[in-house]
Amino acid sequence: MNGNDVLFEIRDLKKNFGALEVLRGISTDIRKGEVVVVIGPSGSGKSTFIRCLNLLEEPTSGQIIFEGTDCTDKSVKTHRHREKVGMVFQQFNLFNNLSVLENVTISLEKVKKLPAAQAKEKAMALLRRVGLEDKADAYPSQLSGGQKQRIAIVRAMALDPDVMLFDEPTSALDPEMVGEVLKVIQDLAREGVTMVVVTHEMGFARKVGTRILFMDEGVIAEEGTPEEIFEAPKNERTRDFLSKVINVI
Amino acid sequence: MNIADIFLNYYQYFLRGTRTTIVVSLVTVFLGSILGCFVALLRLSRFRPLSGFARLYITVIRGTPLLVQLYIVYYQLHFIHYPEGTFLGVELARIMPPILALSINSAAYVAEVIRAGIQAVDAGQTEAALSCGMTQGQAMRYIVMPQAIKNILPAIGNEFITMVKETSIIQYLGISDLMYNNGIVVTATYNPLPCYYISAMFYLALNVILGKGLNIFEMRLKRSER
Repeated sequence: MNGNDVLFEIRDLKKNFGALEVLRGISTDIRKGEVVVVIGPSGSGKSTFIRCLNLLEEPTSGQIIFEGTDCTDKSVKTHRHREKVGMVFQQFNLFNNLSVLENVTISLEKVKKLPAAQAKEKAMALLRRVGLEDKADAYPSQLSGGQKQRIAIVRAMALDPDVMLFDEPTSALDPEMVGEVLKVIQDLAREGVTMVVVTHEMGFARKVGTRILFMDEGVIAEEGTPEEIFEAPKNERTRDFLSKVINVI
Repeated sequence: MNIADIFLNYYQYFLRGTRTTIVVSLVTVFLGSILGCFVALLRLSRFRPLSGFARLYITVIRGTPLLVQLYIVYYQLHFIHYPEGTFLGVELARIMPPILALSINSAAYVAEVIRAGIQAVDAGQTEAALSCGMTQGQAMRYIVMPQAIKNILPAIGNEFITMVKETSIIQYLGISDLMYNNGIVVTATYNPLPCYYISAMFYLALNVILGKGLNIFEMRLKRSER
C-alpha cells in the first residue's frame, strides 16, 4: 500500500462536551477499501468519533485530513465534505415528510443538481438492488425498521460517497431484521466500498471487518485485524470487554 | 324589547361593528404572523444578542396585559403619520394604532408556536439532511419546515381565534368595532343582556367560520404529506 490510498488521516482528535472529555486523542489512518469496525463499551466515544468524521460533531482539537485537505479548517465547506462521506444512523432518520423514492432523490436533485428523471432512474436502480423498488411510493411510517435502514443505506450510497459511516446501524432493529441490514452492508463491503462501522455485532465485525478498533474511555485502546483482536487480544480491557459481549448466557 | 326586536331594529350597528372587527382581525393575523415568523427566526438564531432580544420581546409581551400594551402603543407611537383613506370602509388612521398593538402582541405568541413547532422536529432529521450534503438552509427548507408546519398549524389556528376575540378591547380607543356598537345599542335600548347575546353570536359565527377554514387547510396538508 502506498500513501495515496489514504482517505482519512486522523491526528490527535479530541472532543469535549463542556467539561466532559469524550475523545482524548485519536490518531489513525483509514485507507481506501478498508472496512474499519469500531467496537468498545458504551460511553467510550465510538459514536462521537464517527460523527466527527463527517463533522456532525465539531472536533475540539486535532486534525481530520480527508483526501489531502484538513476538513476541520474553517475555509472548507462542510456540506461539500459531507457529500463525499455517507452516513447511516442508528435511528434511520429517513425524511418523514418524503416518500421512499423522494428520500433518495432529494439530495441527488438539490445537492448533486441532477435532473429529476435522472435522479429517479438512479434511485430506482439502487432500490431494486436492496429489493425495495415496490416501496418507492410508500412513506417511512409504513415501513419496518429493516426496510427503513436499507433505504437509509441507499439514500447515502446514492451520492456515490468515497466512504460510508455506519453508526450502530442495527442497534435499533428487532432481532429478526438485523440480518437483512447486515447483508446489505456486507455486500457493499464486498464491492470494495470503504467503510467505518460502529457496531455491537461481533460476528459481523469478525467476518466483514478488515481492521478492528477497540475504543475505551476516549482513546483507541487496541487495534488490529479481526484475528488479532478476537483470537489474541493483548490489552486487558479488550479481553474484559470481549468476555462480556461474546459467550453471553 | 326582546332579543328579536333589538336585532331587527339595530342589526346595522352589529353588522357595521362586525365589519371593523373582521378588518382588524384579518390585518392583525396577517401582520402578527409575519412579525411572528421574524421573531421566531431571531429566537432560533445562534447569534446570542439576536436570540436574547427575541427572548426579551416574548417575555415582555407575554408578561403584560394586552390592554396596557394597547395604550402604550397608542400614546408612544402617536407621532407616526398613518396613511389617509379607508380600507373596506374603515378609517386607516384610526385603526392602525390598535392593529399595531395587537400585531406586536400576537407576534410573541406566534413566534413561540413556530419555535416549538420547529424544535419538535427530531434533530435526527436535520442531521440526516446535513449528512446528505445539504446546507443548513436546504435542510430547513426541504426537510424540517414541511414537518414543522404540521406541528405549527393547529396551535397557530388557536392563536388566530384568540386574536379575533381580543380585538374586542379596541373599543377602548373609540374604534367602532362590534363591542363598541354593542355599547351604543345597550345605551339606546337600556337592555344590555340581549345585546351581549347578539354580539356573542357574531363572534361565535366569525370563529366557527375561521375554525372551519383552518380545518380544511389542515386536512389538505395531511392528505398531500400523509
